Amino acid sequence: MIDFIAGVFGSSNYWYIVLRSTAPILLVTLGAVITEQAGITNMALEGSMLWAALVGVLASAATGNVWIGLAGGILASLVVAWTLGFFALKLNANAVLCGVALNLVGTGGTVFVLFSLTGDKGISSSLASKTLPFIKLPYLGEIPWLGKVVSGQNIVVYLAILAVIVVHVILNKLTIGRRIRATGANVEAARSAGIDPDRVKFLALTVSGVLAGLAGCFLSMGYTSNFTSGISAGRGYVANAAQVVAGGTAVGAIFASLIFGITDALATFLQNIGLPPELIQSLPYAVTIIGFIVVTISRDRREAARKRALFASAPAAAPREPVPPTRPGRGAA
Amino acid sequence: MKTDTARPRRGIGRTLAMFFTDRDRLEPALVTLLAAVFAVLSGIILIFIVSKSPVLSVKNFLLAPFLRSYNFYYLLIAMVPITFAGLALCIVYQARYLTLIVDSCVYMGAVVATVVGIYLPLPAGIHPAVAMLLSGLAGGLIGLLPAILRIKWRANELVSSLMLNYVFYFLGSCVIIYFLRDRKQSILASLPFLPTFALPKLVPNTQIHAGFIVAAVFVVLVSLLIYRTKWGFEIRLVGANPRFAQYAGLSVSAVVLYAHFISGFIGGVGGAVEMAGLYKAFIWQMDPSYAWDGVIVAMLARRNPKFVPVSAFFLAYLRVGADFMSRRGDVAFEFITMLQGLIILILASDRIVNYFKARRLKAAALRDERAARDAAGQIATQGAAEAGR
Repeated sequence: MIDFIAGVFGSSNYWYIVLRSTAPILLVTLGAVITEQAGITNMALEGSMLWAALVGVLASAATGNVWIGLAGGILASLVVAWTLGFFALKLNANAVLCGVALNLVGTGGTVFVLFSLTGDKGISSSLASKTLPFIKLPYLGEIPWLGKVVSGQNIVVYLAILAVIVVHVILNKLTIGRRIRATGANVEAARSAGIDPDRVKFLALTVSGVLAGLAGCFLSMGYTSNFTSGISAGRGYVANAAQVVAGGTAVGAIFASLIFGITDALATFLQNIGLPPELIQSLPYAVTIIGFIVVTISRDRREAARKRALFASAPAAAPREPVPPTRPGRGAA
Repeated sequence: MKTDTARPRRGIGRTLAMFFTDRDRLEPALVTLLAAVFAVLSGIILIFIVSKSPVLSVKNFLLAPFLRSYNFYYLLIAMVPITFAGLALCIVYQARYLTLIVDSCVYMGAVVATVVGIYLPLPAGIHPAVAMLLSGLAGGLIGLLPAILRIKWRANELVSSLMLNYVFYFLGSCVIIYFLRDRKQSILASLPFLPTFALPKLVPNTQIHAGFIVAAVFVVLVSLLIYRTKWGFEIRLVGANPRFAQYAGLSVSAVVLYAHFISGFIGGVGGAVEMAGLYKAFIWQMDPSYAWDGVIVAMLARRNPKFVPVSAFFLAYLRVGADFMSRRGDVAFEFITMLQGLIILILASDRIVNYFKARRLKAAALRDERAARDAAGQIATQGAAEAGR
């Protein structure tokens, strides 16, 4: 058993699969992070991915061009995100309920469309859809063990790593990132600082829509080469849990989604030694929820400790919390 | 006259009269009805887009449940689990919590009922009752989990319930496959239930089972619980304003916990009723996902358990119609899931549901403002006149 596990963790094949199954989760988790930072919960990520996966396959099969497929998939995912924005922001709906409703529309609608077009409810194998290219890295690929892990991955895996950097820069270095975080921290304060919260939230939803679209297209045009019903398999929901584990940062999203990726990849290996597949399939979700709980506990502990420290020092000489220096001209906006 | 105002008469006429004169209650109900009609209409439009014989398909969709008595019975049976799920969701909704853990409660309730149905030799009548009780307990305990996570560690109950649904689904099917499976069957099925486990049929030669009555009893019980008991009052109070409830001396956590326990209990009973009423063995190949049905039923009923049977009937009607249509036509059954999503989307939108109220309030505000302006103008002209004098 121990030999087996050591063998698994030592094999480059395993880590190749880890990267492959982490990428889609990472992308949607980033999407969840950015919307949550803007103060709106994007529960519709699951629906976004489903539509992207389906439309990507349909568009690439219809045009014979994989990039048009990708663009179509991302557009479909964006439409879902914008619909959520329209209902949640313009019509004052409960964002979480709307997301759930959009996911229902996604699970039913994708099967409905697939059946209406192909006559098959389960799989799109009758369509000649394309797959996104796999890329061999020029120099990294020649390193003995590492090369096998990082090279030859699908282009979306590399895009996912790029997305981490992009989201990190957006959130931490750009004005718009400050606006996003200001809106998420306190809508009223943001509004009085001249920020239009609805516009900021729409923007965050747009970014998350693109990311979820990329992830969805990857599932049906890279991870596998077909659309199957329910292809996202709850990854959109996992992203909402992983977002908490990530602590609202892009870098944290890497670790949060790696937890899922590592167990997900392990599941495929564990099946070989005769553990019941049902237990193994539940493993990624179970581990995610455990991570989710552990992080919320530690966050609460920190919070409590901070409050205690604050109250303990308060009566002494009434020291105020250090006020961060504000630069003139570049305030909250 | 005086006694009337001091102590309002009870009675169906009075209730109806109050309902139709109270615009704050009438209008949302009307909007809910319109949302349902809108969903059906968009369903018809969809059929016309994709079907080759749209008229026949629409006819099947809308009239199938009433064309044959078999279909109508089927509709009544389909109502049972939807009613249980709707009641379960109503209770957590009253406390303003949104969990979908009912899925796991129903599924694990069915698994527990399967164990009882196979291995516990009991006399008929008592057998399914014991199964319901045990399934209910299992469901209640499962239903507690997201609430505990929320109260203790502020973990979002919707996210945790969705994760737990996957875990429990795989756990449950594992139990069925490895401990209860009937190896003689080619498809996945548990060992057959003992004959004493079956619920009696209400109408001979149909599938209508006593679970229908159990569901009706639960509708009454939950209505009484929510509107006539201290517990229900506390749940509603916590839902209306948790902080106020806390200042009023309630233990909010305790209230949330028992609301979730009762909700899960009902889900578990629903699972057991399905097993005992409909099947001779556990044959669910996948998670039937009743939580989504529960959400939509609870929303259509506007959180009021009394209206759950009505909205469950509506949903079952759509289901049966769609099922019949998809079997005899070229429209996929899944389009009903789309319509469900559409209904939730509309009913979740505050601006749509409270459209008339907002318009009324705005008109009233404008009227007040105009009156104030007029009054101010009068004073101003009076002042000017006085100054001129």
